[in-house]
Amino acid sequence: MELTANKFKANASKALVDAQLQKALGNVEKGFIGKRQKAADALPEFDALRDNARDIKNHTLAHLDLYLEEYERKVTAAGGHVHWAETAEDARRIVLDICKKANARTVTKGKSMITEEIALNDHLSANGIEPVETDLGEYIIQLRGEHPSHIIAPAVHLNKEQVEGDFRRVHTHLAKDRDLTEPVSLLSEAREVLRQRYFAADVGITGANFLIAETGSSVIVTNEGNGDLTQTLGKVHVVVASIEKIVPTLEDTSQILRVLARSATGQDMSVYTTFSTGPKREEDPDGPDEYHVVLLDNGRSAMLGTEYQDMLRCIRCGACMNHCPVYHAVGGHAYGSVYPGPMGAVLTPSLNGIDETGQLPNASTFCGRCEAVCPMRIPLPKMMRHWREREFERNLTPAVARYGLKAWAFFAKRPKLYRFAASLGMPLLSLFGGTSRRFHALPFAGGWTRYRDLPAPEGRTFQQAWAQREALKQEAGH
Amino acid sequence: MSARDSILGKIRATMGSPASNDDRRKAVLERLADTPTGIIPGRAKLPKAEQVELFCEMAEQFGATLARVSTYGEVAGEVSGYLRARNLPAAIRMGADERLKKAGWETEKNLELRYGLSDGGDLAGVSHATAGIAETGTVAMMSGQDNPTTINFLPEHHIVVIKAADIKGDMESVWAMVRKKQGKGEMPRALNLITGPSRSGDIEQTILLGAHGPRALHVIVVE
Amino acid sequence: MTSSETKSARQPRVGLFATCLVDLFRPSVGFASVKLLQDAGCEVHVPVAQTCCGQPAYNTGDRADTREIAEQVIEAFEEFDFVVAPSGSCASMLKKHYPGLFEGDPAWEERSRTFSAKCHELISFLTDVMMVRDTGAQLKARITYHDSCSGLRELNISEQPRKLLGNVSGLEVQEMTDSHVCCGFGGTFCVKYSDISNAIVTKKVGNIDASGADMLLAGDLGCLMNMAGKLKRQGSDVEVRHVAEVLAGMTSQPPIAGSGK
Repeated sequence: MELTANKFKANASKALVDAQLQKALGNVEKGFIGKRQKAADALPEFDALRDNARDIKNHTLAHLDLYLEEYERKVTAAGGHVHWAETAEDARRIVLDICKKANARTVTKGKSMITEEIALNDHLSANGIEPVETDLGEYIIQLRGEHPSHIIAPAVHLNKEQVEGDFRRVHTHLAKDRDLTEPVSLLSEAREVLRQRYFAADVGITGANFLIAETGSSVIVTNEGNGDLTQTLGKVHVVVASIEKIVPTLEDTSQILRVLARSATGQDMSVYTTFSTGPKREEDPDGPDEYHVVLLDNGRSAMLGTEYQDMLRCIRCGACMNHCPVYHAVGGHAYGSVYPGPMGAVLTPSLNGIDETGQLPNASTFCGRCEAVCPMRIPLPKMMRHWREREFERNLTPAVARYGLKAWAFFAKRPKLYRFAASLGMPLLSLFGGTSRRFHALPFAGGWTRYRDLPAPEGRTFQQAWAQREALKQEAGH
Repeated sequence: MSARDSILGKIRATMGSPASNDDRRKAVLERLADTPTGIIPGRAKLPKAEQVELFCEMAEQFGATLARVSTYGEVAGEVSGYLRARNLPAAIRMGADERLKKAGWETEKNLELRYGLSDGGDLAGVSHATAGIAETGTVAMMSGQDNPTTINFLPEHHIVVIKAADIKGDMESVWAMVRKKQGKGEMPRALNLITGPSRSGDIEQTILLGAHGPRALHVIVVE
Repeated sequence: MTSSETKSARQPRVGLFATCLVDLFRPSVGFASVKLLQDAGCEVHVPVAQTCCGQPAYNTGDRADTREIAEQVIEAFEEFDFVVAPSGSCASMLKKHYPGLFEGDPAWEERSRTFSAKCHELISFLTDVMMVRDTGAQLKARITYHDSCSGLRELNISEQPRKLLGNVSGLEVQEMTDSHVCCGFGGTFCVKYSDISNAIVTKKVGNIDASGADMLLAGDLGCLMNMAGKLKRQGSDVEVRHVAEVLAGMTSQPPIAGSGK
């Protein structure tokens, strides 16, 4: 997708007046927050599991090279192929080659953010191979030519009426009187259409929630079953996964699984957690003939050893965006990047550079709710602040903000001057506040007064008043 | 330099001195050999009898239906009854699992038995689970001739038979069983952990059952 | 503790970090803080060398200026037994964020840690350190309390103000929906992203209005000014005050917003 992260403000302003979107966004708060809380409350060990999940990933990242080698060895031993891709372009090329060798005309896809990151669909289409998204939400947005607005609920920005419109537009076989007013009828329609596509597809492409070094397994966690049909029915199964998806053992995977679904959808377990290890074996009646894993770096190795390393613990549960007041207000598309919300505000600058993405780590109130719910305890606000520091160091901070800040810092660093300026300024401001004790509009404060009044100051500063009181006390004492 | 070496090299460059690699390698091999268990939730540590109860409770909570029979011989009758109650054709698809062969099919003369993988034309499939996980009401299915993976996903109704003795408290116990069957570090081609019927919340966050996989999951526990 | 012991124990010396917003806009919160601290048995000092905790610079990515300001704050306040601020956000800056600014600097690392360990937000200091249960205040009002983000999530301040408010005679606490959700202030966020901030604060004041309370309290002046500004703009007559004003029984000053009836 085209990166428009630095148009965030304009994107957001549009989103705020989009009535359809605003209606749909209500479902994020309704649908996710209470369920997560309930699931977390029902498991007394939840927070201890979060600590453990964090520690497992920290250990893995500190030994990433070695676990990757072990993982590769096990995949190969199981008859699979491991391909290493340094960049998105490399990954696209590798997947296309596999598809071409399989003489693929259509490929089915399980839901995967990583293939969004490498813009795989466009590349396959451009080379005459039709990619078919099979996750219901992904299928809907593919029909609309859109990108996911949420990492686990890609079509959360849409209402059912919009989906009905898309199905009627594209599914030309539909009878006019077929009732599609309810989600259940829309789901049945998609199920019927996609059933045929699984069988027709030559290659099935999925992402991975985990890659297990101990066994060489890739794991997908889903609810619909589309990922399993995708990878079971195609002749070739291609897993595209980034290098930080590695976990050491089955036990480690279990620890993280216990916090994943609870944090994402509030389920104790997702419906399908599937461990795939290599292609169809001699005794197997089903499964793919070939099994490929494309291991993608695309900037991750450069995050290791930096203040952004913790971001590599992310398991893509979406809890951060589900709890983000900014995401609730503007939705995922406003971020103008593959990964929206708080995790995107940290990851996107790592992948695309801060020059093109500086708006994202700035668009946060630092309310800290994302970190509070993150199952992997990723300090998201802290890392957003680090990006602001990188921006500031490189003079990328917008000039108005920069000069305003510098002027303020000038006084903040000079207490005497500060006291003097405040003692002159605040009484004046107070005076202007008039009898209503507020400002409806104020020069230089348009960002504030466009939407709210500015309460007028009381008059004297606290320090002035305090000094005066102490002086009077002294006098009285003498 | 290959992409592989380049990526591994970049990672290694962030790991401090090369001398530390021996220690790091030791830590990795130890973890893979010892497979340390982490935190097991208290609810998974119940006595055996209560584990089966919890399994049943959780499976139903997550949308499965449940039946309990005392012997394998009663399974066929339960399957037929399930199909009849839902007005489904008297036909099932299943694999070559020996335990399913003892299900008493001979008493269900009208039931059509299809064997081998599913091609999408079956309304009901029967599989035998490797294990059950009480803490989440999950069944663990291993791929192979005995229980083809396609039966887990293509039929509209998935009927899973599970032996009560194979129901464990936690997920970790399943790994112990898999290691016993497959050898350490080895896995079947596919291992499916299934918790309830297929579902989606992608349209307006309304949870609907029967997205792409089975619309219904029926679990038969054999005591 | 007997009364003679009380007298013999030295009063804790507290440096009040008033915060720049209180200093400039709402001195009455400063005086309320002094009263609460003195009533709790503290000897209160207000060092003149204070300006701001440095958050605007810190959150804009200007680490150099932040550090200079932090050094100045530490120098001005480290002589006290405790440093107390009537703001969860500024207190958290002092307590949780300062040490990170000096990491790896032998001259300052330990010093900043020692300093940070002494820093507290006002209300939690009263309840958790000075063991205050009842401030003796009275007020006939139906209040709702907004949990400011930094105080809530970085300093775990949630029960403390509610406990003290529960003991204010005449006061009824009416919880609003989502009291723990951000009000949209976010320091410079509210002017940099004013459209989004407005959407967030609009939701917040909707919850305040729906609570049926006639007074809104919180522990951070930034959040209070944001919510007050929005309530005023919408013509609401919900009174807005800092929680310290009510706990200190100092409500003669007109509220930040509201009729002040």
